[in-house]
Order: sequence, then C-alpha cells, then structure tokens
Amino acid sequence: MIEIKDVYKNFGEHRVLDGLSLNIATGTTCVIIGRSGCGKSVLLKHIVGILKPDKGDVFVEGKDMVRLAEKELNALRLKIALVFQGGALFDSMTVGENVGFGLIEHSDVGRKELLERIEESLCLVGLCGIANLMPSELSGGMKKRVALARAICVKPEIILYDEPTTGVDPITADSINELIRNLHDKLKVTSVVVTHDMKSAYKVADRIAMMYQGKIIAEGTSSEIENSQHPVVHQFVNGLAQGPITETIERFR
Amino acid sequence: MNSPVLFFVDIGRKIIAFLYFWGGMTNLAAQTIFQIFLPPFSKDKLVEQIKKAGYESLPIVALVSLFIGIIFALQTAIFMQRIGSELYIASIVALALVRELGPVITALVVAGRVGAAITAELGSMQVTEQIDALETLATNPIKYLVVPRFLALAIVLPLLTLYADAIGILGGDLICVGKLGISGSMYMTVTTEALYYKDIFTGLFKAVFFGMIIAIVSCYEGFNVEGGAEGVGRATTKSVVASFILIIVADCFFTALFYFIFP
Repeated sequence: MIEIKDVYKNFGEHRVLDGLSLNIATGTTCVIIGRSGCGKSVLLKHIVGILKPDKGDVFVEGKDMVRLAEKELNALRLKIALVFQGGALFDSMTVGENVGFGLIEHSDVGRKELLERIEESLCLVGLCGIANLMPSELSGGMKKRVALARAICVKPEIILYDEPTTGVDPITADSINELIRNLHDKLKVTSVVVTHDMKSAYKVADRIAMMYQGKIIAEGTSSEIENSQHPVVHQFVNGLAQGPITETIERFR
Repeated sequence: MNSPVLFFVDIGRKIIAFLYFWGGMTNLAAQTIFQIFLPPFSKDKLVEQIKKAGYESLPIVALVSLFIGIIFALQTAIFMQRIGSELYIASIVALALVRELGPVITALVVAGRVGAAITAELGSMQVTEQIDALETLATNPIKYLVVPRFLALAIVLPLLTLYADAIGILGGDLICVGKLGISGSMYMTVTTEALYYKDIFTGLFKAVFFGMIIAIVSCYEGFNVEGGAEGVGRATTKSVVASFILIIVADCFFTALFYFIFP
C-alpha cells in the first residue's frame, strides 16, 4: 500500500506538487499520466524517499518515508525498485554488475547464485547473454531494459517505472508493457507507471490517475478515464491541441 | 529596479551563494567522516582510488618536481655564486621543497589531475541520475563514492609529497653537481644537515589536509552539478579553482600556525 497525503514540493519558486494525494493498493498497477514536466518523476522520487516533501506525508507499507532513519529506509528501499527514464546504469560497471548491484552490495548470495540471478533477470527482459558488455555498448532501448532487469533482480515488492516506453521502438514498447503485466500477474508486485504514452497506459493499468498542475485531478479504471467528461482529462487522453491545457503553446508565442 | 539596488541585490546573492557553499562543504565533510567509521568497509574501492589518484599521478608529479628543483637551483645559483656560497644552494632547495613547494605543488597538480576527474565523473553520474539510482538501491552515495576518494587522497597526498621532495632535491643535485662542480656526497650532506624532522613532518601534515580539501571540494561540486554537460564543465572549473584557493589559504594558515607553535 502506498499512501501519498497532501504533499507539497517546491523547487525554488516553482511549485511542482501542490497538495497531491493518492492511494495505491498492494498488488495493483497504477498508471500516472500527465504532461511532460508536470512533476510525475518528482512524485516517484518521493515514493522511494530520494526527495522529501516540503509538507505532507508519504507512507509505504505503513512506514513513514519522510521521517524514517537511514537504516530502516534502506531496508525498505530494497523492496522498492525504481526504473529510471534514461536507465541510470552505472557506466563504470558491466551490465552484469549493474543488474546484480543490489545483491552484491546487500546480500551474501554466493557467486554461482548471483550469476544465475543476473542471467535470469536479463533473460526476463529479453537480453540473455549480455552480462559482460558495458552500458556504453548498448542502445537506448537496451539500456532501458537492463535498468528494468536491475530493478527486478532484487525481487522487489513495488516497482516504479519512469516512462518505460518512451524512446523505444513500438515492438520493444509492447514487450515492456507485457513484461510489466507479467510481473504484476505472476509476482503480484505493486507497480506505479509514469507515462504519457496512452496506449501503454491502457494496456498495463488497473487504475489510471491523471496529474495536472501538481494535483491528481482524476482517478479511475482505464475505461472511466478513457470516457471521462473532465475537459482536461478528455483533451489529454485524446491528444488534442485545443482545450483547457494551453500553457506550452502560449509560452512559445 | 535602479542600478544601486541591483548592485546590493547582487552582493546579497553572492554572500548567500558563498554561505551556501560553505554550509554544503561542511555538511559533506562531516557526513564523510561519520561514514568512514560506519561498517561495512570496502577495501577494493579504496585500493582502486589509491591507484587512480596516487600511482597514476607519479609521472606528472615527478616531472613537475624535477623541473622545480632544477629551476630553483638555477635561480638561486646566480646570487649564491656572487657571494661565493654555492654549497648552500643544497640547503635552500631542500628547505623550500620540503617545507613549502613539495606539498603545495603536489596538491595543485593533484587538484588539477585528480580533483577535476572526480568532479567530472560524479557530475556526469549526477546528471544521468546514477547517484539517485545508488540511493534507490539502498546505497549511501557518500559512503560509496566520497569515502574511498577522501581516504585515498588523504593517504596518497603525503606519499606523493615525499616523492616530490626527493625528486626535487635530485633536480637541484643535477645542477649543483653537473654545472657548479659540487660533489654529489657534499650536496647530500648539506641537504641532510639543513633538514629537521620538523620540516618533513609539517610538510606532510599539510599534505594530508590538502588531500582532504581536494576530495571534499571535488565531490561537493560533482554532487551539485545542474544542467547537463555544460553544468559538468562549469562544475569542474569551479572545483579546480576552489581547490586551488583553499589549498593556498590552508597553506598560509598552517604555515602561520607552525611558525608560532614550533618556532
């Protein structure tokens, strides 16, 4: 269970989260949609506790992410995996070391089991046998999938995805969607997917929440969101240039 | 707003930025020292950093200190020949190098070579979210990235300083023996007579601090990079400049301190 209660966050004078509240039940996949730069990634970073809110509370599994001591926070973080948008692979290490990082640093698994777990995770994302390559040798889409392998290698209970299908070809995008679905169905992980790719959102979501101006303005099942009469939601999910969301167009005039 | 007001606003901003820098540096230094004593301890990363910062700096430190020794001997030779005391070139070279030039020149070379690399590396990690990724993998970035670099530089800098001192003295030797006709054994006798343990100790003591300064400044600037590749470039410049300034200021402070406590 992830509970976000009335969270505020400013960067300088720019307010990114403005009293945002959202509950995500254990074992469900929640997709958060919203425009680029509206603060979706910032929200994810609040859930893992990399960023602290200026005001408000974030609870994960009943634990207060804002006030937890570092030791307990780290113990909790091993159950939460964040898949970064650009992969955020450690470029000084091989793909294998990247994928196994959590296990190498925080568990005492033997070398044989470690290599098995790494290979297993890589195969799950369709990249068997690349453990000895360096991240710089991979394409953007492959980096994204390796990041996903790194996330699932520690067998987390919650996986947060930051735009998993942005910048990859449609076939890879669909295989990533299927992977998210499978992890949810087989391992019962709780997933939070941040995206603005509506096709992906409909495919993986149990529930969809729309973020706009630092708040969640609508939440519901895929069909509820798809047929929403809320003008902002309607404009976004249908990708219309005309509507209440106009700020970028105005800014460039 | 009119220009006098803007002038004061600008000064105010600079003061705030300055205080922010000092606050951040002090905070990072305190957290680093705290993390040093917190298990687990990783020997591998420390050894790797010692190799990068120390072993790989040997050629450049040797080159610079050899030439400093040669230049110093040549510059003083003109005057010393005039008063007929060429022999004392050895003691001047030894004292200047061991007390002052050895630690400072080594620190400046290391700040330029190693400090800049640390800032660029950590800065790139920051802009590609690798530092955030470390945190999400339950790893403290200060423990993982700063502690090995901090310890490595604090260990390596005094050793490099000793090495620089020796090579610099050798440089002076080349001139005195080769050009001024002083015998090699005579040069060494005068050198060892001029030096006291105190001189070597104060030089090395300073070097340890210079190492810590370089590590903290370069890691701090790396962690605080904003704005992509350009930001990394800007941070690297800032890191080297700040290290240079702090090294010179710390040198002045320690020299004054030793002047009063070991007269």
